[in-house]
Amino acid sequence: MSDRLPGFSTLAVHAGAQPDPTTGARATPIYQTTSFVFNDADHAASLFGLQAFGNIYTRIGNPTNAVLEERVAALEGGTAALAVASGHAAQVVVLQQLLQPGDEFIAARKLYGGSINQFTHAFKSFGWNVVWADPDDIASFERAVTPRTKAIFIESIANPAGSITDIEAISTVARKAGVPLIVDNTLASPYLIRPIDHGADIVVHSLTKFLGGHGNSLGGIIVDAGTFDWSTGGKYPMLSEPRPEYHGIRLQETFGNFAFAIACRVLGLRDLGPALSPFNAFMILTGIETLPLRMQKHCDNAKAVAEFLAGHPAVASVNYAGLASDKYNQLARKYAPKGAGAVFTFSLKGGYDAGVNLVSKLQLFSHLANVGDTRSLVIHPASTTHSQLDDAAKVKSGAGPDVVRLSIGIEDKEDLIADLEQALGA
Amino acid sequence: MNHDAYPDNYIRGILNSVKSIAMVGASPVNVRPSYFAFKYLAQRGYDMIPVNPGHVGKELLGKPFVASLSDIDRPIDMIDIFRNSSHIMPVVEEALTLDPLPKVIWMQLGARDDAAAARAESVGIKVVMNRCPKIEYGRLSSEISWMGVNSRTLSSKRAPAPTQGMRLSLNRMSVGGGDTAASDRAAKNKSEQS
Repeated sequence: MSDRLPGFSTLAVHAGAQPDPTTGARATPIYQTTSFVFNDADHAASLFGLQAFGNIYTRIGNPTNAVLEERVAALEGGTAALAVASGHAAQVVVLQQLLQPGDEFIAARKLYGGSINQFTHAFKSFGWNVVWADPDDIASFERAVTPRTKAIFIESIANPAGSITDIEAISTVARKAGVPLIVDNTLASPYLIRPIDHGADIVVHSLTKFLGGHGNSLGGIIVDAGTFDWSTGGKYPMLSEPRPEYHGIRLQETFGNFAFAIACRVLGLRDLGPALSPFNAFMILTGIETLPLRMQKHCDNAKAVAEFLAGHPAVASVNYAGLASDKYNQLARKYAPKGAGAVFTFSLKGGYDAGVNLVSKLQLFSHLANVGDTRSLVIHPASTTHSQLDDAAKVKSGAGPDVVRLSIGIEDKEDLIADLEQALGA
Repeated sequence: MNHDAYPDNYIRGILNSVKSIAMVGASPVNVRPSYFAFKYLAQRGYDMIPVNPGHVGKELLGKPFVASLSDIDRPIDMIDIFRNSSHIMPVVEEALTLDPLPKVIWMQLGARDDAAAARAESVGIKVVMNRCPKIEYGRLSSEISWMGVNSRTLSSKRAPAPTQGMRLSLNRMSVGGGDTAASDRAAKNKSEQS
């Protein structure tokens, strides 16, 4: 046995999966079952008491989902992961472990519109108070820190304009404040950026996007970096204090550097309930096997399309960090040297009406509210994903009325450019 | 030995070779980590000896408690210390008086005493600090993968379904020695600050 580090593509195919012990099946089986038989009463008690490794009930864990969890943990360089029903579910479960009612968390203002809604409205009713900061102004994060701050939340590549966040600079703020840095890595995927290498303590994903990659299955995941010390100062009682649900177990003491992932499973998923279907886990696992191939193609296509748009007379501006002229190009070179992702925005000289006209004329691009599909997608954020924001907030989050967002697929780039050309030209 | 990041082969070699393990600080309280580490290692076939002067006369899962390492009537391959870092040195000093010497001294998750480790290593004893043998056994066998934990091992071989009392193969391909890099760095920073 030698200790060596296989490459990313090897991990994308193999991590977490081995032939099924019972049948020898090589592909990961779909364990479509709600529950698992105990060997005897003692085994059941050990499992319920978190003393033995094994399966109880699919709301707490499932063998298909476990393969997905280990695979994403390996790709991100984390100690453990927990798969849940959606990216939104991942965010609820993470913050439930960190915040008590009345606590605060700081979030980057540039986020997926759905996250902005979730943080502003849904979490407010839990007493979790979001404080917004500007990812282009690191000092705004420092100024937002108070004694009630329990976490900082950012996107690595930020919606909707594909801007790149300075993860290391914000992780320094988080460390100084003594709070974990949570990074939503959905738009980058670990193929482009591994936030843990830059100081993230927790990584979340919507698996629905590039990781699953085929636009057919919802899912979310939480990755524990194993880097944060939850025991100090009683600030994170879910991890540091005896848990009455489990006869007084202290999770950090018992599980060490993967205690956060365990807390998400046994306190979050178990009690809130957003379990991932094993069938979806299987679909997403199949997608992940080709992540490196797809992601490179997504990025190469996106760069070609962005360059085409930047040179088109009907286009006012293109926001793509992969363009040398873009304000985020330096950060893209540092954090995402293989490519700046495949989601970006541009604005048309003809404003709102021209945007609507473009969307209606496109033949290959699908008009829908998703990103990270094999197919190329187009949307007008101001009237859809970001429609619940007021006009000022739309502009601040990069989703002004003249903005069109693209998610570039893995078709032939010549066909994508030809489709845009005919739709822009007429 | 670099005690910030152990090569998997180091841990694998220890867990594959030791047979008897004396657990200092073993607790009969079934929600304490020492209790379920003891139980797990016993189920995986190790000869477990509970050491705790407060419970002499009682048994832990059928094994009688002894008061100290010197009360054990047979050679011990490994001493697993379930005590805080500040209580490690006396245990190691006692271990160094045993004949034959133990082959391994293992300090539990959260416990680390570099001076005690250096003394043990100077007489050829292998030392592991701030790790749990249950977690490491579960990791190298990939049994811990049921909980979404990154085992940092791969295998294309079909393994038997684990049942109670079965010894598991720990000889899977490792995908990087010791712990993951980021969590190792964090642990190192913490130990340097304290």
